[in-house]
Amino acid sequence: MWEMIIGELDHAMQELARGFAHLLPRLLAMLIIALLGWMIAYVLKVMLRGILRIVKFDKLSDNAGTTQMLNKLALPSSSELLSRVVFWVVWLGFILLGVQMLGIVGLQEYISRFFLYLPRLFVALFIVFFGLVAASFFSRAALLAAVNADSPSPWLLATSIRTIIVLFAVTMAFEQLGLAERTIVVAFAIAFGALMLGLAIAFGIGGRDLAKQFLERRFLKDKQEPKQDELSPL
Amino acid sequence: MGNLRHIEGFGLDESSVLTDDFLRQLISVGEVDLLVGVPTHNSAKTVGETLQGIRVGLLKYFPRERAVILNPDGGSKDSTREVVAAASINDLQRSSDMYALRTLPCISTVYGGSPATEVALRTVLAAAELLRAKACAIVSPEATNITPDWIERLLRPVYRDNFDLVTPVYRRHKFDGLLLRNLIYPMTRALYGKRVREPYAVEFAFSERFGSHLSEMQVWDHAAGGVGTEMRMTIAAMAGGFRLYQTFLGTKPHLDRSSADLVAAMRQTVGTLFWSLEPNLQYWSINRETESVPTCGAEHDLTTEPVRVNRKRLYQQFGSGVGELEPVLRSILSAPTLAEVQGIAKVAEDDFRYPHELWVKTAYEFASSYHKSVINRDHIIQALAPLYRGKVYTFLLENRDASGEEVEANVEALCLTFERLKPYLLDRWNARE
Repeated sequence: MWEMIIGELDHAMQELARGFAHLLPRLLAMLIIALLGWMIAYVLKVMLRGILRIVKFDKLSDNAGTTQMLNKLALPSSSELLSRVVFWVVWLGFILLGVQMLGIVGLQEYISRFFLYLPRLFVALFIVFFGLVAASFFSRAALLAAVNADSPSPWLLATSIRTIIVLFAVTMAFEQLGLAERTIVVAFAIAFGALMLGLAIAFGIGGRDLAKQFLERRFLKDKQEPKQDELSPL
Repeated sequence: MGNLRHIEGFGLDESSVLTDDFLRQLISVGEVDLLVGVPTHNSAKTVGETLQGIRVGLLKYFPRERAVILNPDGGSKDSTREVVAAASINDLQRSSDMYALRTLPCISTVYGGSPATEVALRTVLAAAELLRAKACAIVSPEATNITPDWIERLLRPVYRDNFDLVTPVYRRHKFDGLLLRNLIYPMTRALYGKRVREPYAVEFAFSERFGSHLSEMQVWDHAAGGVGTEMRMTIAAMAGGFRLYQTFLGTKPHLDRSSADLVAAMRQTVGTLFWSLEPNLQYWSINRETESVPTCGAEHDLTTEPVRVNRKRLYQQFGSGVGELEPVLRSILSAPTLAEVQGIAKVAEDDFRYPHELWVKTAYEFASSYHKSVINRDHIIQALAPLYRGKVYTFLLENRDASGEEVEANVEALCLTFERLKPYLLDRWNARE
C-alpha cells in the first residue's frame, strides 16, 4: 500500500518534472521574446518620436486642435502619445506571441483575433486624427470667410462645420472598429438628419429676408444702386 | 529674324506658353525693338480703346523702331481676339492722323487653363526673349484713359536710358489704394530699401536684361498659387539690384469691380510680399538707408474731392473680427500685441485709433507667422483683413479733412515707423516660438 502511494507520488513528481522540463524552455522562449519585443518596441518608440518631431507633428496636432483636447484630459503631447501607443501595441504583440509559444489551448484563437484587429485599430486612429485635422482646417476656413464676408454668426457656422466633420470621422472610426456599428450609423443618420432639417427650417423661417437679400445681390446686381463709394485697396 | 537657337536655354517651360501657331506668328514678325503686351480676358469692351492708345503712342514716339503688340488671352468668350487682330497695321496706312513708317503687327494667342496673370506674363517674357525685344511694356486692357504719352513714359526710360524696370505713379483719390499706402508701400520700402510707390503695378515696362533675369530665376515657383506676379517682378528688381524708374501716368482707372475685393487683393500683394521674405532674407535682413527712385513727373498726386465711405461699418467689422477670430489671432500674434489689439477693439468709435506702432508690429508678426507657417498661410492672410479694416478706419478718421500733403505726411510717418521697427521683425523671424 505504502509502496503504491510512493510509486504514485514518484510518478506524479516525474510527470511534474517532465512537464516543467517541457514548459521551461517555452517559458524561457516567451521571456526572451517579451524582452526582445520590449527592446524593439522601445527602439520603434524612440525612432517614431524623432520622426514625428522632425515632421513637426505636434504643430499639425496644434492646428487640428488635438493638443488642446489632450491638455484638457491631462495627456502628453500627440507625438509622445502616439509613440507610447505604438510601444505598447508592439510590446503587447510580442508578449502575445510569446504566450502563444506556451501552447495554451483556447488562447491561440484570441491571440490571432487580436493580431487581425490591429490594422483596424490603426485605421480607426488614422481616421480620427485626420478627421480632427480636416475639421480644424475647414472650420477655420469657414470662420475666416464668414468674418470677411461680414456674415452673421461666423462662430456658429464654424462650430457646426467642425461638429459635423468630427461626428462623421468618429462614426467612420467606430464602423472601422466594428463597435456597435448599426447603433452608431443609425445615431449618426438621426443626428445628421436632425441637424440638416433644423438648419433648413431655421434658414427657411428665420432667414427668409437674408435669403432674399442674398439672391437679389447674386442675380440682380445691376439693378442695385451703390449706397457708398467702394474703396479700392489697390 | 525669328532665331530659335537662344530659346533652348530658356528657363521657362516654353512648350506650355509657346504653341506652334504662336511660334509661327512670332517667326513671321521677326526681331523687334519694342514689345507691348496686353493680357486680356473678356476685355472686348475696353481693349479696343487701349490698343488704339498704344498704336498711336508707338507711331508717335517710336516711328522708326520695330514694334509688336502682343495679346496673351486667357480664353475670352467675347470678341476680344477679333478686336485685337483688327488693330494690326499691315501696310503703310493712315492711323489717327499719323502715318506709319513700318508695319505694326498685333498678334494674339490663347493660353491654356484658367486666365492667370502669371501665364500671360510668362508668354510675354518668352516672346520678348525670342524676338530679342530691347524694351517691353505691359498695359492693362482696362486702361481706357491711356494717352500716347504712356507708351513714351513707360518705354523711353528702358529703351533710351537703360533702366531695367519702370513702375507707374498714379493720380489717386486720397482714400484710394489704402492697402498700398498703409502696408505694401511702407513695408516694401522698409525691407527692400527702395521707395517704389506702386510695387503692385498693372502697367510697367522692363528691359531685355531684366526679362532674361526673370526667365532664369525661379520666381514662378510660388506656393501662393501664381498670384501677385507683378509684385514678384518688382521685388525681384529691388532685390536683384536692377535700375528702377517711376513714371507718372495720370489717373488710375478702376473698372474692375473685383479690385474692391479685399481678401483677393491681400492674397495678391500681402501674400506675395510675405512669401518674398524667405528667398530674399539675406537682402532685407541687412540694415540700409532707403533710397528714392528717379521719377518722371509727380512722385505722388492725391485728389481730395469728397466721397461717401461707410466708416462705421469698418469699425464694426474690425471689432467683430477681433472678437470672432480670437483663437486664430492667438496663434499668429504675440500675447502683448494681441492684448493691445483687443484693448483698442473695446474703445468707442469716436476715440478709436489703431496707432502706427501697433499696426507695424501686427504686420511684422503676421509676416513672421507666415514664415513659420503657424497655421495655413492663406488663413494667415485672411486673418489680417479685419485688422486692416481697423487701420483703414483710423486712416479715414485722421485724414477726413486733410489735404494731399497732410495725407502724404501721415504715410511718411508710417513708413518711418516701419523702418524703425525693422529689427523687431528680425527678432520675431529668428525667435524659435
